[in-house]
Amino acid sequence: MKLARRTFLKAAGVAGVASIVSPATAAVRAAAGRGVLVDTTLCVGCRGCEAACSEANNLPAPAGDSAVLEGRRSTTPTAFTVVNQATAASGAVRYAKSQCLHCLDPACASACPVRALEKTASGPVVYHRDRCMGCRYCMVACPFGVPKYEYDRPVPYVRKCSFCAERQAAGKPPACTEVCPSGALLFGDREQLLETARTRIYQNPDRYLHHVYGEHEAGGTAWLYLSDLPFESLGLPADVGTGSYPELTRGALSAVPLVLTLWPPLLMSLYTFAKNRRGPDETGGQKEDPHA
Amino acid sequence: MRETATLPAPAPAREWVREKLLLGLDLGDYVRSLKTGGNALAFLIVVSGLAVIAYRFAKGLGSVTNLSQTTPWGLWVGLDVLCGVALAAGGYTLAAAVYIFGLEQYRPVVRPAVLTGFLGYLFAVFGLLVDLGQPWRLPYPLFYKHGVSSVMFEVGWCVFLYLIVLFLEFAPALFEWLGLRGLRRRAAEITIGLTVFGVVLSTLHQSSLGALFLMAPGRLHPLWYSPFIPIFFFVSSIAAGLSMVIIESALSHRIFRDQADPERGVDLDAITLGLGRGAAVVLFSSFFLRLQGLAEGGHWAQLRTGYGLLFLIELVGFVLLPSFLFARAARRGDVSSVRLVAVLAVLGVVLNRLNVSLVAFDWNRPARYVPSGLEVLVSLTIITLGILSFRFIVNRMPILRPHPQFASDGYTQRLTSERGGSPPLHSGDRVHLGHRG
Repeated sequence: MKLARRTFLKAAGVAGVASIVSPATAAVRAAAGRGVLVDTTLCVGCRGCEAACSEANNLPAPAGDSAVLEGRRSTTPTAFTVVNQATAASGAVRYAKSQCLHCLDPACASACPVRALEKTASGPVVYHRDRCMGCRYCMVACPFGVPKYEYDRPVPYVRKCSFCAERQAAGKPPACTEVCPSGALLFGDREQLLETARTRIYQNPDRYLHHVYGEHEAGGTAWLYLSDLPFESLGLPADVGTGSYPELTRGALSAVPLVLTLWPPLLMSLYTFAKNRRGPDETGGQKEDPHA
Repeated sequence: MRETATLPAPAPAREWVREKLLLGLDLGDYVRSLKTGGNALAFLIVVSGLAVIAYRFAKGLGSVTNLSQTTPWGLWVGLDVLCGVALAAGGYTLAAAVYIFGLEQYRPVVRPAVLTGFLGYLFAVFGLLVDLGQPWRLPYPLFYKHGVSSVMFEVGWCVFLYLIVLFLEFAPALFEWLGLRGLRRRAAEITIGLTVFGVVLSTLHQSSLGALFLMAPGRLHPLWYSPFIPIFFFVSSIAAGLSMVIIESALSHRIFRDQADPERGVDLDAITLGLGRGAAVVLFSSFFLRLQGLAEGGHWAQLRTGYGLLFLIELVGFVLLPSFLFARAARRGDVSSVRLVAVLAVLGVVLNRLNVSLVAFDWNRPARYVPSGLEVLVSLTIITLGILSFRFIVNRMPILRPHPQFASDGYTQRLTSERGGSPPLHSGDRVHLGHRG
């Protein structure tokens, strides 16, 4: 009887702990917040967004030479946005800037063990550099390969586009959208931008692919793209799926309280069973010394 | 023979160092006993490895590793952490078998298994510290900011708690060595609770190390990616743990045989065969689970590719084959074959962890990661430090044999009467593990 009570108390204690550590449900997902609509058919490839981004984030100025457009580029720890180009069969050249897409339910934020990456209610996925311990799980988790790491520094940090969260908080638009001369970057409420994107496709059905990249990709992203070329050719990965990434580990994490609650009583009953089967002779009624 | 009897009695502190640390030798003799080829090699590896680690902290991860923006995790995560933790699973497996399930015949191998577990985790964390960008922030997920939706957060907590559990499980041997009866009794009293907690924590983090990769469906090859990967990791860790115990006990075979006693002999052969039978069953269920994962994924066509070949080699050659070989050797009572198969099984788990974290990861991207020579050196350093620590402790503390003064029955009493202090393991009994020390 005594043992049974102890087992129960242990299980109850563990269950209590379990309820504390059990994963939070997707509270952040509800708020869609702000976004940007990138109409790649309007982009002229001036790379003004790159320069503005570097200036706003105190990064080295991007190369002035447009020859950089020849190769496929990715963002770096010192360049949070880069423009890539692709050529259509007709010979028309298209450009698309890449940066953090600010997912609605970001893989990086759910992967971070210290909440250094967080989705804010207004849209940006921000990075708290004072929390990051450098495990780089965010880089493993992000399906777009956005977080970049300062491998060459003794005290390194993750670097990525912050959607100019500080500028936004001050009522200003993101630096890149502010300087865009062609109207390719439209900053606003994501829901409205989605309407705008659908309207453009509806009104110009021959001009666009009938797909808004980012509406559903990786569970939806704050940044949305319109294009007349396959999105993949512009550096937007096609294999990210439409499900939310944190959902992938939610099942495994929900097993935690289950294991914490069920294992101890199960193991204790097995212990009791095994001990009783051994009979009272071996323990001799005395307190057992398991290490003897 | 020195004439120690005519010299003045040494100071107690010096005597303590001599008995407890220097294996009963004078400092000069002890240092001389360390001069072996194997030790020289180990020394060389550790010194150069520590220098590389110092350089890495001065110049950043990029200065010594081949990590890149597309490959954030390399050999240090794949080998030092993932394999280190998996191979240390013998601790909870054997503790559960003996203390919970009452499989008394395996008692002689519990302590080496728990010690391996403790050191395995300790050096996995050491490897993690080298790999983390800012290792001094390692306590952050524990005490500062809690990313409760992160698998990494769960792993961090479990490993932290389990390290404490393993230390406490190992503590009775430590206290026996120090002759602290009271503490030793306290530590022994909580064994069952610790074992249960250890199994719970191990279930969680062994599986969660696999769950880390659930986040990367587009990056891990479909043959390896499965929603069941946490279960695969958990079950294969048991096989790894059992196989490691078989290998270790074989290395310390001589010691076991020395203490064979007509009254209560340690039948290591029977233990090895039993562990082999257990490993056969676990490996078979591991194989069957992986097969289910394959069927669930339905990527049969991938089996015809190069990665498919690698997958089949891993699954058939390093899971199914050792399962059958274990079963056959155990049935025939062929102890040395069981030991050889254990090596195969351990290699299989290492192969699996490296496949998941490195080889089949980012399989469809142009940039391939190959560890740098310096990364390999650092990993070797950590492994060497682990082996040296194991040998240091085993040669001094009652790990492979019960401590004479603490044995419950009288079978070693005759040894204890010779000295007033705690009779240590004599230097002649030292475990060599290839070289002396």
